[in-house]
Amino acid sequence: MLSFRLGRRLAGASFGILALYGASAANAADELNALVWCDHSDPNLLAPFEEANGVKVNVKEFEGTGAGLAIVEQSQPGDWDVMVIDSIDVRRGVDRGLFAELPEDKLPLGDLFPEVRMDDMTVIGGKRYGITEKFGYNTIGFNKSKVDAADMQSLSILTNDKYKGRVAIYDYYLPVIGLAAMSIGKKTADLTEADLPAIKEVLLKMKANAKAVTDVVSSQTALATGEADILVGGGEWVSAVIAKENPDLDFSVPDEGAVLWSQSLAMFKDSKNPDLALRFIQYVLSPEGQARLATSSCYWGMPANAKAALNDEQKAILRFAEQPEFLKRAQPYPAPSEELDKKMQDVWTEMLQAQ
Amino acid sequence: MSAGRQSLAGWASVSPALLWTLVFFAAPFAAMAAVSLFPKDGGGFSLANYTQFFANPSYWRALTNSLEVTLIVTAVSILLAYPFAWILAFVVPERWQRLALMLAVLPFWTSYVVRSYSWLLVLAEKGAVNNALIHLGLLAEPIQLANTRAATVIGFVHFFVMLLTLTIFANLKQLSPNYRKAAADLGAGPIRSFIHVILPLTMPGIMVGAFLTFVLAIGDYITPQILGGNNELLMPQLIMMQIGRRGDFASASALSIILMAVVTVAYLLCARWLKIERA
Repeated sequence: MLSFRLGRRLAGASFGILALYGASAANAADELNALVWCDHSDPNLLAPFEEANGVKVNVKEFEGTGAGLAIVEQSQPGDWDVMVIDSIDVRRGVDRGLFAELPEDKLPLGDLFPEVRMDDMTVIGGKRYGITEKFGYNTIGFNKSKVDAADMQSLSILTNDKYKGRVAIYDYYLPVIGLAAMSIGKKTADLTEADLPAIKEVLLKMKANAKAVTDVVSSQTALATGEADILVGGGEWVSAVIAKENPDLDFSVPDEGAVLWSQSLAMFKDSKNPDLALRFIQYVLSPEGQARLATSSCYWGMPANAKAALNDEQKAILRFAEQPEFLKRAQPYPAPSEELDKKMQDVWTEMLQAQ
Repeated sequence: MSAGRQSLAGWASVSPALLWTLVFFAAPFAAMAAVSLFPKDGGGFSLANYTQFFANPSYWRALTNSLEVTLIVTAVSILLAYPFAWILAFVVPERWQRLALMLAVLPFWTSYVVRSYSWLLVLAEKGAVNNALIHLGLLAEPIQLANTRAATVIGFVHFFVMLLTLTIFANLKQLSPNYRKAAADLGAGPIRSFIHVILPLTMPGIMVGAFLTFVLAIGDYITPQILGGNNELLMPQLIMMQIGRRGDFASASALSIILMAVVTVAYLLCARWLKIERA
């Protein structure tokens, strides 16, 4: 019988071509192949590492863990050295036998904000497979010159029609479902299928107030052009990178809290340059690497390392000093089972199709 | 040449195209069909990905949305492209036609994604269209144009008018001027001559362009994703959604095959119509 795994391999033929392209320069000892999100493609982040080690970092960007894992599955073992992945999805890579154990004694775990170590997600079977490198919040992003900032301190504003037609919703179901759950007093970590009808009701109310449901670029565009004044699911990752052009863009962490997103770095067990891969992870987690990653031209976010070498202006934009308070109120990304994930996505689809 | 040799020569001449079709269409299609029958949650062979589509109104709605948008785009594009092609073929002097055609297809030279984002800015509340309408006194306040189905249609039409103009222009240029002269000799005015002579003779060009527009529009992800604001989902967006985080290739494959079945029906209708016309 054709196994599901084989099926996926067949279906991912197009990803295979991309993967082959991405890994065409693979395996050279002086090259590191990294599957990354767009914030890691910034030359300002990569150049110091490349110069210090006399190597070239080849990056391939992807969006969504599913797409990233498909690229890996269409590649040859050893094609990739490191991967950026949602912290909640580190387990998915481990379950597929992709990642190598990371040596905790060679990583600055003690310097990380304790709340974002996410050991329950990155340490599996007593072994560490991922390390949080960047985090932030899916919360309420807004233009403070257009809305009352006090209103943004409660998630209830998202279902209130006071700002009807001036709202955009970030198009990613997990964090927005998390916010919807928090707005009705549910904990993101405890969500079950039984919670979905109530969550759907909240989502439909949000949709009724919204002008659009936008991806990352469209979210930034909507806030920057004034098409929307509020972004549900927004946060520093939208507002900080355009803060200089538009200092009125801000975010709140409401009284009910916000959804904490975090991304991790993992190393492939078949990496042909494990030493270089580990050095790259160490660099990204270093104070200098963290500052550069946090202020990447693609999107900003809080560095996981509390000792990140950010200047005062950067810290102010990221609201560095307020992090302890924010982290107290933040709740983790929903981490549903495969079955619940599918049901959540279907609820999201219903919301998108609602008129 | 013997019949056997003729047959061999025939196979030899079509074999490159056949091989191409087998490798780049038939084999991937068979793989996709196989994948669609093994749902992501395991359990072996199942039609669950197909029954899910017909049982879930949100999924079904994506198909009806896609059909509605595509049919609107095709109709509007034909209505705009035909007069444009007519002007190019019969009004623009022969020596300027090449330049005019080049100008007509100029937007093809820009990136599809950049063009879509440009439309987003043009249609925004503070964009050129709203500003112009307000300055002309036609609107008191800006209206929502971006992030709507209308925006998706505008983005599509901008692209496909060019395509249809080319197919209709080519058809019009092939028509002998004698048809119009003969119609006039027989007492038909310009409108009657157009409706009863020119339009039927240019239907193949319209139908070919319309079919290409239908196929390309119904499978397009970028335009509705950027301009539609996700206020409704079309089939390509629903397919991409299955892959993004969950990597559910089985479900995405089933949806793709359903979409392909719709395109096949459109092709059969188009082919049948053209056959009837030729007969």
